[in-house]
Amino acid sequence: MTRFILIALSLLFLGLMVILPVIAIFHRAFADGFGAYRAAILDPETLAAIRLTVIATLLVLPLNVIFGVAAAWAIARFRFVGRRVLLILIEIPFAVSPIVAGLCFLLIYGAYGPVGALLEPYGVQLMFNLTGIVLVSAFVTCPFVMREVLPVLMVTGEDEELAAVTLGANGWQIFRHVVLPNISWGLAYGVVLTMARAMGEFGAVSVVAGAIRGQTMTLPLQIELMYNDYNATGAFAAATVLTALALVTLVLRGVLNRFGPKREAHA
Amino acid sequence: MTFQALDIHKSFGDTEVLKGVSLSMDEGEFVALLGPSGSGKTTLLNIIAGLAHADRGQLLFAGEDITRLPAGQRHFGFVFQNYALFRHMTVAQNIAFGLRVLPRKSRPSRSAIAARTRELLEMIEMADLADRFPAQLSGGQRQRVAMARALAIEPRLLLMDEPFSALDAQVRQSLRESVRDLQRKAGVGAIMVTHDRAEAWALADRVAVMNEGHIVQFDRPEVLSSNPSSDFVRLLVRADAA
Repeated sequence: MTRFILIALSLLFLGLMVILPVIAIFHRAFADGFGAYRAAILDPETLAAIRLTVIATLLVLPLNVIFGVAAAWAIARFRFVGRRVLLILIEIPFAVSPIVAGLCFLLIYGAYGPVGALLEPYGVQLMFNLTGIVLVSAFVTCPFVMREVLPVLMVTGEDEELAAVTLGANGWQIFRHVVLPNISWGLAYGVVLTMARAMGEFGAVSVVAGAIRGQTMTLPLQIELMYNDYNATGAFAAATVLTALALVTLVLRGVLNRFGPKREAHA
Repeated sequence: MTFQALDIHKSFGDTEVLKGVSLSMDEGEFVALLGPSGSGKTTLLNIIAGLAHADRGQLLFAGEDITRLPAGQRHFGFVFQNYALFRHMTVAQNIAFGLRVLPRKSRPSRSAIAARTRELLEMIEMADLADRFPAQLSGGQRQRVAMARALAIEPRLLLMDEPFSALDAQVRQSLRESVRDLQRKAGVGAIMVTHDRAEAWALADRVAVMNEGHIVQFDRPEVLSSNPSSDFVRLLVRADAA
């Protein structure tokens, strides 16, 4: 009986809170027929938003992969001053509200901020363009890769790297042939999480994007814009794209979960 | 005299682990560092390998000062206590690693590396297991792969940290022979860390007995047995024999 209630409750909750909304998105998007949906997706502003979101995500990824792996390796293998601080600092993006993060970036890198003002005479503008979007997206997603890679490095230990050292491998060779293969699943998982978050980020991006139609509107911003314009079909059609992207990352996550640890156990 | 350690000191924080250790060995000699845990033997081995650095003292190889030489340039083979095989590489890839990472100009050709790997696989009698992964091997097999991997780079000196401690007693016996055999075939001097007197006696030409950061006696096993320099050595030799 308890078992039945527990299962029923979880299913009901999941249905109301997750499945129904997803269905609703697709239902509403196609409410005016497939032609209207097609037209909404092919709207130049929506296409521009999709393109911008994908470009920004692809720029954020390498930034966070490089930083995340470097930070995880440093924290796992070296004892240095500031190691604990780094470990805590790296969690800040999770704790801070994205909109606050966006405001901070504006304050520092905006035209009147210390860094922004420094760069302005050279005609370099960091906010209200792709650079700003990439910067804040990198900020809100920066813990993901590090947090997935660090525990893997902790578990695998240092011995293989030391063995490679005694065999004459240089730093890059050790990373390429020993560390990278060992962390590859954790890294892939971190990349998927980073992707999902970078594509869906609204709060921080909305502050620094500047809301220039067709230019600095990412997909989440574009959806809100269209919704506020009473363009429900357009908003929901765009939402299906974002949802589909999210579902793809979800599937990737599932694949990684299914095969990742299993293969690790074999090798 | 091929290898010499002179007056090696090492502290971790306030603890002095090595209090002026000197050791010199002849070409092709097999030396065991024998002592209880905490005697500093593993630290000494790591310093010789270049994985740790001495606070004071000097390391010489064939007259050359190697105290500051990075581990990778010493050409010393190292067999780790847990073998530290590369888990995502096959047996053959593990053995070939030290050759594959050589700088381009001194790296043998692909086929030469393959040939050398095959030769080593046959030497450790594991030619049929070349494509296995470390997780698919027994403890004894892993140990032999670790040996072959260390010997692949044609090391000037072979260093082994408790190479048999992860094995059960029976495998240990048979592997002792094969380790000694491999070391002779390679014609390379070896330093082995162990806390097992029988192991040291079975393998080593000379045994350095260590206690509390000192080498208390360094001699051939039979001399240690017949003529121990201190009560510590006498007890160590006797405790195990009884």
